[in-house]
Amino acid sequence: MSTTTTPATTPRPAAGDRTSATTGRIGDSPLRPDGTLKVTGEFAYSSDLWHEDMCWGVTLRSPHPHARIVAIDTTAALARPGVFAVLTAADVPGVNRTGLEHADQPALAEDVVRYQGEPVALVAADHPETARRAAAEIVVEYAVLPALTDPRRALDPDTPLLHPSHPTGNLVREVPVRRGGPVPDAPVVVSVEFEVGMQDQAFLGPESGLAVPDGEGGVDLYVATQWLHTDQQQVQRVLGIGPDAARLHLAGVGGAFGGREDLSMHVHACLLALRTGKPVKMSYSREESFFGHVHRHPAHLRYEFGADDDGTLRYGKAELTFDGGAYASSTGAVVGNGGTLGLGPYRFPVVELVARGVYTNNPPCGAMRGFGCVQAAFAHEYLMDALAERVGADPVELRARNGMREGDPNITGQTIDSAAPVAELIRRVRDMPLPGERGTDLLGLPGGVGNTTHGEGVRRGIGYSVTYKNIGFSEGFDDYSTARVRLSVTAGEPVASVHTAAAEVGQGLVSVQAQIARTELGVSRVVIEPADTAIGSAGSTSASRQTYVTGGAVRAACELVRARVLERAAGTLGVPAASLRLDGDKVVAAGGEVLAGLADVLGDSPVEETTEWRHRPTVEPDPETGQGDAHVQYAFSAHRAVVDVDVELGLVKVIALDTAQDVGKAINPDAVLGQIQGGSVQGMGLALMEEVLVTDGQVRNPSFTDYLIPTVLDTPPMRIEVLENPDPHAPYGVRGVGEPPTISSGPAVAAAIRAAAGKDLRRVPIRPEHIVS
Amino acid sequence: MGMTLDAPDFHVPTSWEQALAVKAAHPEAVPVAGGTDLMVEVNFDRRRPPALLDLTRVPELAAVDRVDGRVRLGAGVPYARMITELGSELPGLAMAARTVGSPQIRNRGTAGGNLGSASPAGDCHPPLLAAGAEVELASVRGVRRVPVAEFFTGPKRSVLEPDELIAAVHVAPATGPQQFAKIGPRNAMVIAVTAFALALHPEQRRVGTGIGSAAPTPRRATDAEEFLSGELAAAGLWSSRGPLPESLVTEFGNRVRAAASPIDDVRGSADYRRHVLAVLARRTLTWAWDAHRSTEQRTGRTA
Ligand SMILES: Cc1cc2nc3c(=O)[nH]c(=O)nc-3n(C[C@H](O)[C@H](O)[C@H](O)COP(=O)(O)OP(=O)(O)OC[C@H]3O[C@@H](n4cnc5c(N)ncnc54)[C@H](O)[C@@H]3O)c2cc1C
Repeated sequence: MSTTTTPATTPRPAAGDRTSATTGRIGDSPLRPDGTLKVTGEFAYSSDLWHEDMCWGVTLRSPHPHARIVAIDTTAALARPGVFAVLTAADVPGVNRTGLEHADQPALAEDVVRYQGEPVALVAADHPETARRAAAEIVVEYAVLPALTDPRRALDPDTPLLHPSHPTGNLVREVPVRRGGPVPDAPVVVSVEFEVGMQDQAFLGPESGLAVPDGEGGVDLYVATQWLHTDQQQVQRVLGIGPDAARLHLAGVGGAFGGREDLSMHVHACLLALRTGKPVKMSYSREESFFGHVHRHPAHLRYEFGADDDGTLRYGKAELTFDGGAYASSTGAVVGNGGTLGLGPYRFPVVELVARGVYTNNPPCGAMRGFGCVQAAFAHEYLMDALAERVGADPVELRARNGMREGDPNITGQTIDSAAPVAELIRRVRDMPLPGERGTDLLGLPGGVGNTTHGEGVRRGIGYSVTYKNIGFSEGFDDYSTARVRLSVTAGEPVASVHTAAAEVGQGLVSVQAQIARTELGVSRVVIEPADTAIGSAGSTSASRQTYVTGGAVRAACELVRARVLERAAGTLGVPAASLRLDGDKVVAAGGEVLAGLADVLGDSPVEETTEWRHRPTVEPDPETGQGDAHVQYAFSAHRAVVDVDVELGLVKVIALDTAQDVGKAINPDAVLGQIQGGSVQGMGLALMEEVLVTDGQVRNPSFTDYLIPTVLDTPPMRIEVLENPDPHAPYGVRGVGEPPTISSGPAVAAAIRAAAGKDLRRVPIRPEHIVS
Repeated sequence: MGMTLDAPDFHVPTSWEQALAVKAAHPEAVPVAGGTDLMVEVNFDRRRPPALLDLTRVPELAAVDRVDGRVRLGAGVPYARMITELGSELPGLAMAARTVGSPQIRNRGTAGGNLGSASPAGDCHPPLLAAGAEVELASVRGVRRVPVAEFFTGPKRSVLEPDELIAAVHVAPATGPQQFAKIGPRNAMVIAVTAFALALHPEQRRVGTGIGSAAPTPRRATDAEEFLSGELAAAGLWSSRGPLPESLVTEFGNRVRAAASPIDDVRGSADYRRHVLAVLARRTLTWAWDAHRSTEQRTGRTA
């Protein structure tokens, strides 16, 4: 194992040569190909797409969280000059249903709307403004229905069913986890009811894309997304066109975080393009974006832990209720995580837990970084602190003592069969140097530039958290990726080209793929082909899985290519292939002597291989007990937050947010740090301020004026310790990196605020008024 | 794209005289200075101005002059310049300017635009109220000056007539310490949940205040001002510069709180706003009074 530590303030010197596009192997941090363009504002995002003679599509959305559509009159809209088409559900040629797990959501509402913002009609026109005005002229007659907005009432017997055909009524999914027999008595019992608000992914590039009809009933869709192939299937189904009649191409993605796993404008633009015969661009405004994608599930968490007098856990009981909103999206899988991982990285002899997700008329909720573990972590970490206090133990040592270790079973009975350094991670963050005394600069004080305190009322608090998360798709899902690798000669030089459908959403997979190809094929020049559906699925850019799964596929394809090239070289050189390697664009002997130029071996005959690669299989947990090997891999992380709280004003300044995380193997150390920094801030944002406020099913803050995310002045320096305990089951030993920091940072911040304010705060985000009330 | 779709008329006067003439001829034309409020409204489709009147090429609006012993701050002066040029003369306004938005917003946003929007949350307003500033309004009909306390008539409403433009604000240079404090749920780039400004005017034996985001309009806490000025005078504290009694500070805070009539909204509850106003009033008074006392000690030593 190796460990990298980054100091809190000085940037870490980059490993490897960053100035050249032809260097950077595994373990280096080469300059990413899209980096400079993004920083200088030249990168083409999906909202920059353009086509000759394209027209513009807009969406008319429901103002009501629940209503019957009595009638839609499009006459006036259609009559407006410049309007090419106005579409409603009646114009959908295929099956008017979309959805990641359950196809329960109409592309355009039929007789009922189930949330505020649900798409009802579409307009295509020669100008976005014409289209917007025409949309405003569509007359929709609604009969408003009572809205189900309290998830705790969703399952009451007298509550009307939002999806009458759903077999379990308003229950989207329930996952019980039972283990170790009846819940025993315990000398020490701690419990909490905790609430987590609705977080938004707040990606910077609003939903947008361009659909270009091919004149033969098919369409090419250029779109910012996380998973081209699941989009493709849904689009084709709604359009009623055959396989591969919709070809999807990844456009520049401005962040995702789960919010682009469901369809947004995809089908709409295609419907309009096929109807008008023209290329159609759709691009949401920031406000529309808040209605255009799913959010993180708000959750109600009821937890109880029983322990011995010394704090050793005897049992964990929990009931987790996730508000899924109007449509299922990935609620089922989120509930799966909330259930199977809901008690955190601790050893519990006895478990009695149930996680459920319900339908309501609130905004649909689905995937977001951390996926079900984020919510649960606030409750289990709250209780670990409560327990430490009750038994008089140090909160770090209590966690270390109860923490999982390699070889332990988790609460679903799955053996953790690679490193589980819970104790080490939490002790490492504790042992990092603490920040100094509070200074006098306003920027370092709660309230910041607002000049609200010069030290009055300010108290410091420290909080800890350690959490874990599954990596990759779980519960028996056939989770694979496809890669095509080709070695050929261009201008006398050997070039590897790598083609996958994996979505680069900002995380840096484009660099990782090139690093793998350079390492496996010993070439300098690597071209990453644009991601599209011309190749098989790479699976979703989610669940922290792409470096693992698409990285695995690229490696596997490289190995096939290498074997063929070495066979060819062996034939010419008259030596066994097993004695040859590829390095420095050459074929070399085991000892390193150059035997032939790779370009000469390739000549005019490129070598190409396409392969599908899957991680080891998982199983669906037992429906009664939740037991089973549901997950592929687990990733662990810990945080220590140091905060200053102005207890009279309720304002918070996070002074330090230090973390330790086991990444298995840092393929690209800088990208790893970037993920950890960004993820930590996103988790901190949920603890402090990020919430979509919904009253009676209406979103009250659909803008960055009132949906606040941390600015750089809210973001403290971070010390990051990266552990590399290789996972023997994963390519290169990697462990997913993107999500864990989002899970452990928020509970540490919340704990630090509780400590500073001396207040029992059981809800996040913690608003200033909660601290002073 | 060739098509413009009845785009608004766009007037670009290059002098103040022209600007007033355009406004008289086209009272429906909406002025645009930095555009940091207006363009947000337009982008959110909350407002569709039939015509725009671009004020950015009117040189007179960007001037800072001294007129009759007061600073005349052109309506087109951006926050960045208030910070760099007016920190010693108008410290309260400069402090408020430092809290506005981000560097980009401080480079574009203007005092005239802040007043033009007349939002209860505008950060210029509390320090202008505390300093007793006047707003200079102009039209082809003539010029009038309105005390800033009388400028606002309701949420986002003011006494500005359709043919008028805001020319400048007139503010007396500080004769004593000034403070501005603003509450937001994050440490930068935030609209005031509540703000408070305080100015000591020792030569007038007077205290000025301004409350932001806690009433339908920005407003003074007149009762608190009078109470404090009176108590300070009665105890001879203006000249003795003795320490403030704790009870005085507390009562001042309570009276500032009582001056507010806030609402619950997405940014904060009415109760929270009242609570923090009292805290901010106590703190800013303490800081300002401490500064007042140490000014005396300094001059005492050097005299
Ligand atoms: C990201 C962001 C952050 C912000 N942060 C803050 C903040 O922290 N504090 C704050 O107070 N505000 C903030 N604002 C709001 C805005 O920046 C300020 O209100 C600014 O002062 C507006 O000035 P402007 O020159 O941009 O006005 P504009 O947008 O050009 O105009 C605003 C209004 O005033 C009118 N107007 C402008 N000039 C004149 C004139 N000379 N005569 C008559 N009418 C006129 C316009 O017609 C319009 O109605 C923020 C805005 C953004 C986008």
